[in-house]
Amino acid sequence: MDEKEPFGERQAARRSFLGRLGTAVAGGAAAVAASVLPPEPTRAAADAPAIPAIPGYDWSKHHWAFGVDATKCIGCLRCVEACKAENEVGADAHHFRTWVERYVYLDGEDSARVDSQADPVNIEASGSEGRYRFANRYKDAKVDKAFFVPKLCNHCTHPACVQVCPTGATFKTDDGVVVIDHTYCIGCQYCVQACPYGARFFNPKLNVTDKCTWCYHRITKGLLPACVEVCPVGARIFGDRKDKDSPISKFIANNRVAVLKPETGNAPNVFYVGIDKEVS
Amino acid sequence: MDPLFAAGSFTGYVYPNETVLPWSVLIVVYPYLTGLVAGAFTVSSLYQVFGLKQLRPVAHFALLTSLCCMLFVPTPLLLHLGHPERAFNAVFTPHWSSAMAMFGYFAGFYILLLIVESWFVFRPYMVQQAQRRKDLLGRIYHVMCLGSYDLSDKAMRYDRKCIFALAVTGIPAAHGLHGYVGFIFGSLKSREWWSSDLMPVIFLFSAIISGTALLIVLYVLSCKLRRAPIDIPCVKGMGYTLWGFVMFTLLLEGVEFGSLMYKAREGIDMIVLFVTTRLVIPFFALQFTVGAVTPILILSFMFWRGAAGRALVAGITLSAVLVLFNVIMMRYNVVIGGQEIAKTGKGLLTFPWEFFGRDGVLAAGSVLIAPFLLLLAMVRLLPPWADGHEQDKAPA
Repeated sequence: MDEKEPFGERQAARRSFLGRLGTAVAGGAAAVAASVLPPEPTRAAADAPAIPAIPGYDWSKHHWAFGVDATKCIGCLRCVEACKAENEVGADAHHFRTWVERYVYLDGEDSARVDSQADPVNIEASGSEGRYRFANRYKDAKVDKAFFVPKLCNHCTHPACVQVCPTGATFKTDDGVVVIDHTYCIGCQYCVQACPYGARFFNPKLNVTDKCTWCYHRITKGLLPACVEVCPVGARIFGDRKDKDSPISKFIANNRVAVLKPETGNAPNVFYVGIDKEVS
Repeated sequence: MDPLFAAGSFTGYVYPNETVLPWSVLIVVYPYLTGLVAGAFTVSSLYQVFGLKQLRPVAHFALLTSLCCMLFVPTPLLLHLGHPERAFNAVFTPHWSSAMAMFGYFAGFYILLLIVESWFVFRPYMVQQAQRRKDLLGRIYHVMCLGSYDLSDKAMRYDRKCIFALAVTGIPAAHGLHGYVGFIFGSLKSREWWSSDLMPVIFLFSAIISGTALLIVLYVLSCKLRRAPIDIPCVKGMGYTLWGFVMFTLLLEGVEFGSLMYKAREGIDMIVLFVTTRLVIPFFALQFTVGAVTPILILSFMFWRGAAGRALVAGITLSAVLVLFNVIMMRYNVVIGGQEIAKTGKGLLTFPWEFFGRDGVLAAGSVLIAPFLLLLAMVRLLPPWADGHEQDKAPA
């Protein structure tokens, strides 16, 4: 496959060719069906744009990546709320493009007690499924060690979700972001199963799969993802790895970074500092 | 207003998005139906290709059963999709790296093969009826003949060659289709419960036992309904087939389970907890003891004691019913069980049962029953009993 050819063009060309092939094969059947069933306009027929129609943006000139400094996170959850507001994610405790995990080692215990803002105890403390806070549930216990870990889609180099998508509705852009075409997704949820990080969910309003896009609509306009923008302590770092002076390039260069579940072979692009052995 | 989604409760720590389990009982029905297709086709092929004459009374019935089930295989998937109207996106613009994208092609090819093979098998009957009947049904048979009325020896020899070729092609097609369903689960590295190289093989063999068991039950039932004598050697032949394959399937499942436990990779603690608490009833009691060990014991005892007549038929039929139950429990324990073990390796989820609704038990049950209603109509249109020559004796 020609590496120089933009992914979008390959995608469009493949869809276009297969669309025509499919149309020819199904021609006879379609003629009969046309009188009874209104045909679904295929993406191929609609001639998908070769590259995203974003003025002044060239995806071949960027390679986005994300950093998390878990030593800085205070678990305020502004990132989670900002993400929900920015991306119209349902205000409930079961659908998140990003979330924060709390790891607490109590005195005398070998393994961490883990919860997230979606835990029923924390939802009860916040008083709403649309507002988030961590309940002070360990106030009477002796805590040995505790820290927060923000989580989100890892925009893997070898994304298992993209591999299993039967239609190619979810794909990796040339600038390194895994996105979903909501107008093409059939909603089979195979990608939800395939993601080892639990980053994907089924959007019950749109009936398609949904997940973090690193706020693609913002970063292609030179803005930061919403969660990075609102983080008060700089625990979330974002930038362009093609720019050696970008915050993410410096973050990776100046720290010993880790990724989650490297054994899956997915090669995540969210780099962590300050996580512990139990974080996965 | 009804909630848009059903969330499961959990213990331990699960990723927040995991509380809505992606696949419902419809996806339990999907591999079950596919398995019945492959299994029934295997029985048909044992006669058509491997010449097991004992199975002649059910050979054509097996083909019709396979066809009726196959026609409904896409239904649970379509019902489950968020956008079923876009289903053909996967066919027209398949994403080649996706195992699921191949479904349309595999299924389409196999449905076509079953229809063509059935047409050759039932052509003599259709021609006979088209020439004999003058009513509307006669006209329907005329259309179904597709202008081919030649029943000469030469034509029949040609037909037999075609049937043989199609049956031979159908063996890898049917088994490939079902092995591929196992691959859909086994190839996912995100879930330890599914991620096994043995999964396609286990699915394949459980398919064969479910199809054979189904044919035993349906054949005995059909004989009772038609008040026709039961062909004992035929039932016994299927009983032996079932016995052998059930033992092999059980062995494979044991190897897979033992391997999972012995390797004890990350997350095994949660799997052990799951197996020793939640799975005690559905897996050990129902799938393993009631569905697999009991029929093996019944069949072994009867073959050892040389049971014959009504006792043999009753024993084999009871075993077949238990095996059908075994396989649906196996599908349930794989599909639902796999999702109940959180990807965090730190928690367990509880599947939220729904009765009504698109993903509910009612919909899944209806999809499971529908092929047999179609089969009921099909055996009247194309009587499969003993090569279709005894159809006139059968009550209308």
